[in-house]
Amino acid sequence: MKKWLAILLLVPTFAFAAGSKYPLDKAEINLNDQASLQRGAQTFMNYCLGCHQMQYQRYQRTFEDIGVPLDIGAQYLQFTGEKVSDYITTPMPQESAATWFGAPPPDLTLVNRVRGADWIYTYLRTFYVDESRPFGVNNLTFENVGMPHVLQGLQGTTRKATEMRMIDGEQKEVNIGLRSDGDGKLTPEEYDQTILDLVNFLAYTGEPARLQAEKIGKGVLIFILIFFVFAYLLKKDYWKDVKK
Amino acid sequence: MIKTYLSNPGEKLMSDVSVDTNKSTADNNQPQSSDRRKFLTVGTCVVGAVGAVGAAVPFVGSWQPSAKAKAAGADVEVDISGIQPGQMIRVKWRSKPVWIVRRTPELLASLSAHEDQLRDPDSEVEQQPAFAQNKHRSLKEEYLVLVGICTHLGCSPQHLIDGNFAQYAEGVAEGFFCPCHGSKFDMAGRVFAGVPAPSNLVVPPYQYVDDNTIIIGSEAEVS
Amino acid sequence: MNALMNWIEQRIPMMRVANMHAIQYPAPKNMNFWYVFGFLATIVLVNQIVTGIWLTMSFEPSAERAFASVEYIMREVDYGYIIRYMHSTGASAFFIVVYMHMFRGMMYGSYQKPRELLWVFGMLIYLALMAEAFMGYVLPWGQMSYWGAQVIVSLFGAIPVIGPDLVIWIQGDYVISGATLNRFFALHVIALPLVIVILVFLHIIALHEVGSNNPDGVNIKHKKGSLPEDQKTSYKIHEYYTDKYDIVDDVVPFFPHIVLKDLVAFSVFLFGFCYVMFFMPEMGGYFLERPNFEIANPYKTPEHIFPVWYFTPFYAILKAVPDKLFGVLTMFAAIAVLFALPWVDRGKVRSWRYRCGLHKVNLLVFAVVFIFLGYLGGTPQENWKIVASQIATIMYFGFFVLLWIYSGKEKTKPVPERITL
Repeated sequence: MKKWLAILLLVPTFAFAAGSKYPLDKAEINLNDQASLQRGAQTFMNYCLGCHQMQYQRYQRTFEDIGVPLDIGAQYLQFTGEKVSDYITTPMPQESAATWFGAPPPDLTLVNRVRGADWIYTYLRTFYVDESRPFGVNNLTFENVGMPHVLQGLQGTTRKATEMRMIDGEQKEVNIGLRSDGDGKLTPEEYDQTILDLVNFLAYTGEPARLQAEKIGKGVLIFILIFFVFAYLLKKDYWKDVKK
Repeated sequence: MIKTYLSNPGEKLMSDVSVDTNKSTADNNQPQSSDRRKFLTVGTCVVGAVGAVGAAVPFVGSWQPSAKAKAAGADVEVDISGIQPGQMIRVKWRSKPVWIVRRTPELLASLSAHEDQLRDPDSEVEQQPAFAQNKHRSLKEEYLVLVGICTHLGCSPQHLIDGNFAQYAEGVAEGFFCPCHGSKFDMAGRVFAGVPAPSNLVVPPYQYVDDNTIIIGSEAEVS
Repeated sequence: MNALMNWIEQRIPMMRVANMHAIQYPAPKNMNFWYVFGFLATIVLVNQIVTGIWLTMSFEPSAERAFASVEYIMREVDYGYIIRYMHSTGASAFFIVVYMHMFRGMMYGSYQKPRELLWVFGMLIYLALMAEAFMGYVLPWGQMSYWGAQVIVSLFGAIPVIGPDLVIWIQGDYVISGATLNRFFALHVIALPLVIVILVFLHIIALHEVGSNNPDGVNIKHKKGSLPEDQKTSYKIHEYYTDKYDIVDDVVPFFPHIVLKDLVAFSVFLFGFCYVMFFMPEMGGYFLERPNFEIANPYKTPEHIFPVWYFTPFYAILKAVPDKLFGVLTMFAAIAVLFALPWVDRGKVRSWRYRCGLHKVNLLVFAVVFIFLGYLGGTPQENWKIVASQIATIMYFGFFVLLWIYSGKEKTKPVPERITL
């Protein structure tokens, strides 16, 4: 009962905070780039799967689609002791996760179809230090988010950067975006690429049949065109006899 | 009857009185391009039929076992080190029971004694992978691996031991007896003559990973 | 073969019915682009039924499993995603063709005497279709499914006295729950499709009894014996029609002329349909809304709740009225007034081609207002939109009021005797 109450109290902030109007950066995703998908999968398995599930997607399908041999995948991309034919689930008990974070970490299988690639891409790059929050970080894209900055080790400690500027004849402190302390493992460019790969992977898992659909779709459209030509000529042939 | 309705659909009635359309196209209101029309009609019908077949593909294809069913039907790894001589264990493979029996030397020796009572003693009917088409119907003599489903109507037979099987087959101490319709099989899964089951019990594909482990569901690559 | 056909024909009149209602049905030769949507609607109906049957083979109608089973269809069933997208795209396609079909009827006066019942059956189909679409949208059990159902079902709560109890009765629970999902599933897959199929059948029977209208709104059937021989059609038309009427020489047989025309339209339609289905099944969030890819969560309302695009004009009307009960009544009135169209329009001339200029303007404004209402109902609420939707609502009803007024004593152009092509 208490737990439910906790969720009920926390959820409204959680839900409505998502409406932040921070301008989104464009994520140039490319589902044909298997190297990028593989790097994204690696980031996901290492950093996200600790808390977030991908419960509608199987390892095997994923490995096959992104071009990873099953045995290699099982060795380097599977850390939860499950079979390669299993769904990608997290060992973290979802009930206790709900109490730790205020809400269970959302399943990420479809997150790209809910949020969009641009949103995720921007979100994962706009965490900043905010001591007033439970995990010591806040986010420009998703204000007061209940998630810690899991990738801080890669990005480095990021802070809101300010500058003194003359505005209307007055010295004012203005925000000029975020700046990393430079203590991360990756350079800003590398970090952006890592996030792009991850978003690419999430775009794939959101709709694993996307590429197949487009391949079939092209064939179907060409076929319909052929049918149209026949049907149109036949129709014209019959209708030319109809008196005006 | 249908043909007469469809052969000249939509033509003006006048064409009904014209005798030979091929000759008289020039002097009545028949279309000038009846060959062209014929070609287009056939073309439209053929392309349309191909399209209809194509459209059926997803609907037919979706009845195949799904990824979920395939995952459930994946290969099963079994540790056989704990099976005592004479003991049988059951495992599940593709939701079917698979039996693994560790046969004693005496039991193996007795297999040839009742061959005259069997329908297919040499396993000529393909109910096993090629590697099991032998007297003992297995990869290694000692371990028998069978799909535990009667080849008659799909009941799962009982394993009768210690001479209990003799009541069904004279002089055979141990075997499988199907309670549904009385089919009988020996300890190599071979069917007795004169029972409803038409063929021997099925041997699934399997292979040894090492001496203590077998994988049911796939055969070793033949090199 | 012939003997077998005869044997069957004597026991069940298959060829006779086929000839009467399809092959030798007289259709005006000037039926234009706007006349293909009835045929397309039938095609989409068949698509919905067939793909729907296939979806039920893998869908699990329970609050616990519904969302996961849709993803199971999308990922694990061979070609499952094609079948699902055919169904979801088909739902929107259905409304596109039905709206076009209805507007055609309004342009050419296809609801006027003697086609009043034909129009009413059509409206009943539209009504059943809205219920069908609404319940179908609940089934995937995403956020929009849940909250959309919440909003629509609460509308019934506006009814005085019995409202609150009625809502609980519809839900089968104190909230939208698995019980609601299950009953909506039953209605969506069995009850409403059955109703729709029967209504479509009646719609076609009524159509063939009174005959097809055309862009000129001119009769093609004349009193028996009123036409000279050379003005009668020379095509083979079924006796069912020729025995009762003289059919003027402005018709073509349904088969093959109209069928071929429909086939061309069908291939064009199919091209667009397949393009959306294979390349952009979400249609930018209009056919499949983003929040619906998130499983239903009774504790978290999505930021904005919109119905799917085809309901948004009525949703805007609902929101335009500041009073709950009155808003619901206005919304239902907006649908009900369409039923009354054959009697609101007192005009004797059918096609807008020969009606007064005011009628053309009135009808076009109505179409624009309807689309504008759709925009208002499908975008986040802003202050200017409240006033805008109130004005648009008044204009929506204004169409009918104006029509009633001017159609009484309308100055029309002379209607031609025969069809012009």
